[in-house]
Amino acid sequence: MQRRAFVKSGALALVTIGLSPSFLRRTAFGAQMMQAPKGKTLICLFQRGAADALNIVVPHGDKSYYGLRPTIAIPRPSGLSGTISRDAAIDLDGFFGLHPSLAPFKPLYDRGLLAPVHAVGSPSTTRSHFDAQDYMETGTPDVKGTPDGWLNRYLAVKGTCDECKITPFRAVALTQQTPRIMEGANEVVAMNSLDEFTVRATGSQVDRLEALYRTGSADLVHGTGTEMFEAVRMLKAANPQKYLPRNGAEYPRSQFGQRLLQIAQLIKADVGLEIAFADVGGWDTHVNQGSTNGQLAGRLDDFAQSIAALVTDLGDKMGDVVILTMSEFGRMARENGNGGTDHGHAGALFVIGGDVKGGKVHGKWPGLEQDQLYEGRDLALTTDFRSVFSEVTARHLGATKLDKIFPGFNAPSSGWLGLV
Amino acid sequence: MKRRNSLLIVGALGLGAGVTLPCTTTAQSTARPAASPARLDHRELAADQQVIHVLNRLAFGARPGDVQKIRALGVDKWIDQQLHPEQIDDQSIEAFLNHYDILREDQGQLLQEYAVAQRDRRLVKRQAGDTTQGPGGVSREDSMAFQQIQLKRRQVGGQLQSSRVARAVISNRQLDEVMTDFWLNHFNIFIQKGPPEAYYLTEYERDVIRPHALGKFRDLLEAVAKSPAMLFYLDNARSMVDSTRPRLASIDRNQRFGPLGGQLRRVDPGQAQQIRQRLNQLQNGGLNENYGRELLELHTLGVDGGYTQKDVINVARALTGWTIKPPAQGGGFIFRPQMHDAGEKIVLGHKLAAGRGIEDGEDVLDIVSRHPSTAHFISEKLVRHFVSDNPPKALVDQAAAVFMKTDGDIREVVRTIVTSNEFFSQQAYRSKVKSPFEVVVSAMRAMGAQPDSTPRTAQVIAFLGEPIYGHQAPNGYPDTGDAWMNAGAILNRINFGMSVAANRIPGARINEVPGLDTLLSASRAKQVDAVVSLMLGGSVSPDTRAVLMSGENPLLASGAPAPAPAAPEMAAQPPNNEMMQQAQGAQNARNAQNRRLQQGPSPQRPQGNPLAGRNGAVPQLNGIAQVVGLALGSPEFQRH
Repeated sequence: MQRRAFVKSGALALVTIGLSPSFLRRTAFGAQMMQAPKGKTLICLFQRGAADALNIVVPHGDKSYYGLRPTIAIPRPSGLSGTISRDAAIDLDGFFGLHPSLAPFKPLYDRGLLAPVHAVGSPSTTRSHFDAQDYMETGTPDVKGTPDGWLNRYLAVKGTCDECKITPFRAVALTQQTPRIMEGANEVVAMNSLDEFTVRATGSQVDRLEALYRTGSADLVHGTGTEMFEAVRMLKAANPQKYLPRNGAEYPRSQFGQRLLQIAQLIKADVGLEIAFADVGGWDTHVNQGSTNGQLAGRLDDFAQSIAALVTDLGDKMGDVVILTMSEFGRMARENGNGGTDHGHAGALFVIGGDVKGGKVHGKWPGLEQDQLYEGRDLALTTDFRSVFSEVTARHLGATKLDKIFPGFNAPSSGWLGLV
Repeated sequence: MKRRNSLLIVGALGLGAGVTLPCTTTAQSTARPAASPARLDHRELAADQQVIHVLNRLAFGARPGDVQKIRALGVDKWIDQQLHPEQIDDQSIEAFLNHYDILREDQGQLLQEYAVAQRDRRLVKRQAGDTTQGPGGVSREDSMAFQQIQLKRRQVGGQLQSSRVARAVISNRQLDEVMTDFWLNHFNIFIQKGPPEAYYLTEYERDVIRPHALGKFRDLLEAVAKSPAMLFYLDNARSMVDSTRPRLASIDRNQRFGPLGGQLRRVDPGQAQQIRQRLNQLQNGGLNENYGRELLELHTLGVDGGYTQKDVINVARALTGWTIKPPAQGGGFIFRPQMHDAGEKIVLGHKLAAGRGIEDGEDVLDIVSRHPSTAHFISEKLVRHFVSDNPPKALVDQAAAVFMKTDGDIREVVRTIVTSNEFFSQQAYRSKVKSPFEVVVSAMRAMGAQPDSTPRTAQVIAFLGEPIYGHQAPNGYPDTGDAWMNAGAILNRINFGMSVAANRIPGARINEVPGLDTLLSASRAKQVDAVVSLMLGGSVSPDTRAVLMSGENPLLASGAPAPAPAAPEMAAQPPNNEMMQQAQGAQNARNAQNRRLQQGPSPQRPQGNPLAGRNGAVPQLNGIAQVVGLALGSPEFQRH
């Protein structure tokens, strides 16, 4: 496509500072035409702090729910079907409902694009944020010291395909540092924002810097540096920022909303994005979490509006995109003495996309009676998060060798929920 | 991986165009297999290269004047001095450490204040019958007091990180700093494990790691095993005898007990019920294998060191009862017989008799610290650190033999490695990719920088990918170049070089660098020579030199005198004072990182880029600043 043009303009720039282009080495990118794979994209969104699943996908039909949460429960949906009230759960299927702040999710659910999964999470008994996030990101519950994240291992497994090699933007985290979930041997890019992915120098200084990496020995440092200049130039040329939200999508001004906007821009700019990641905090609601209004509702407003804007913005492209949300564990079934909830066990997540078999709450419901609760206090687990992640990576991205992506997880695909 | 290989090949083909360079041989060493068993019989490096090499590897790079000093003293004499840090005068850093007021306070006391304040606050809120309507029950004064304590806790972390950088930048005991960095990474701790970890870490660095950095491995291992920092980080503090096994002492439920000690009397009925539940969980057992496993896998024998899952369990059993006093009592190591598994255990073939207490764990430390696999594993890591990403096997074997012969004398093992011919080989010379910590510190040293008492420089290191005490997993940061090299990392390193040249990093001023300060209006060639000698080990390839030369010095053209030093962009935040306000402001990034774990990133406020200047303006560099920016951003500077 335009790749050769980029390389050429880079070479010309070097001439202008008095260096002969004969110095130039060809690079991996330069050797091939840039061809953004018209493949699938997976967007993983981490709700850090353990989101309160029972007030997000509300089991209003479970007779124990309201007894466990006298002050913070989300009221039952009003009898009239089709009415959405800010003061009650939004009914999905007569048993589950959405927190009213998730109203933007309801049309997606109705169109079959959105699948909530309940009672899902990690089999590990830990209630530590530190451990549980680590386990969910490495994909290896109760195994510390796993060196890489499961998304990076996915890249390795899929790594043999030709089109995966040629874009530096195959895996992008909109975070300051490479998140654990993407750590590993395969190239990923972490950036705070698209406009920070730039060499902070004037034009001729950038040319000189590039010349330093393009000349000299052909080692790891020079090679990676050359790749970087290519990537920066490629991003500049693709200019994702020019893609304004479409279809009337309105992203919140929050950091999370703006990061999803940038993910959409990367997808629209066809830079070959296959894996995207962003995270959002504020879910550790030990105190005053609120009910239909309050702290949790505020976080959910931002969460739902951002995701709904992304779906609206991408329009037909959602046929190739799946959004997978996750949080390290759920929270206690019973509210605590502070109008909040303490660390629990199983939680809930959302899978959203054109491929997704939505319009239905997935996962076996374990019930909330005392003897049904995990350790007498938390929502019990009926679906291992690795089962959901396996299904999404296999069915949506076409991943094989799942035992390499989730080592030690041997559950057969027959146990998958049928999400995608 | 795949892609990296293809890149190297394509790159090498391109090189066939006819450019062959002196540094090619060293730079490609990372892609080569380990050296052949035949050992070198002499030091390949020329005398001046040896000086640069020891400054690169046994120190965090040269400060202006260092090369001349070592040249005068002799490389071997300097190495011997560095191996005895206690004999090296280090007044300047000692004086500088006075800036870190909070680190000098009693950390147990601080932890206690924190724990008590947090508990009381919770209690008051509960008693007030807290509602969903806002912070009920807590008076403004209590809230403010608690916030002060919270702030102080974050400052402990900020000062710890800042002091690590400052020591590396100006301490004369450079090898001691390198070894401290090595062991803190080997025995990695994550500061955000939980609120007490910052307090524990202060003591960990000062009393556990530093005194033993060049001492006996056995002593170091025990100090780590008994440190609250490690007991907390790898959960041994919570590990206790399984309910199916004999317990060394029975539990008196009315006594203070474990991490919950003393809480029952002070809480409301609802919370008491929760605590009893947890107490029951503890009583019903819960061996936690986490530390036992990492002790074998990461701290001593290594993953292929010849132990079984049974050994892991038995090591964990032997270490039950090694725990921490409650935070409200200031933390601190304690052995609790109520938690200890009194049964017989067999560890790596050694029998530990039934009915014993703390001796079980001490015996385990004897067994693993003197195991041949440990000698090999530690030696290999040290050789990888000091010599090459591909440790020469013969040298590893020699170092391991010294380890065994000297009962794990770290000083002698290091001496063996850093005086070896492999160490002074062409293949080793400038072949290691610097870690972000090494990039920033070596740049500061080359600039002759003053240390920064604020957390700012440490934040730059974090931004480059190596937050101090910020590695989550117990394996520590990687010590090979491929792990640090990716497009984003190089981009940030280049931008860091620009920031230094633009006076955006505290303590370093381009017009005040000894050796450069007199060359502001000199010819480009003279400037390039000086910068290459100061920052790039005295020699670069002709291509690199051509690029460095490709610019004008506007001061030379006009013949103007040296200008007044450019107004530093950091003027609003001078280093070394206003600690409180600065720490507060500069803690924002730190807080953001804390939130990431506890709650994730701030929902509203974007995180700052510590390399962006005011208004995020792109630095306009010319003259010597331009040369410095290029040198620090060059591929050569990324290696040492």
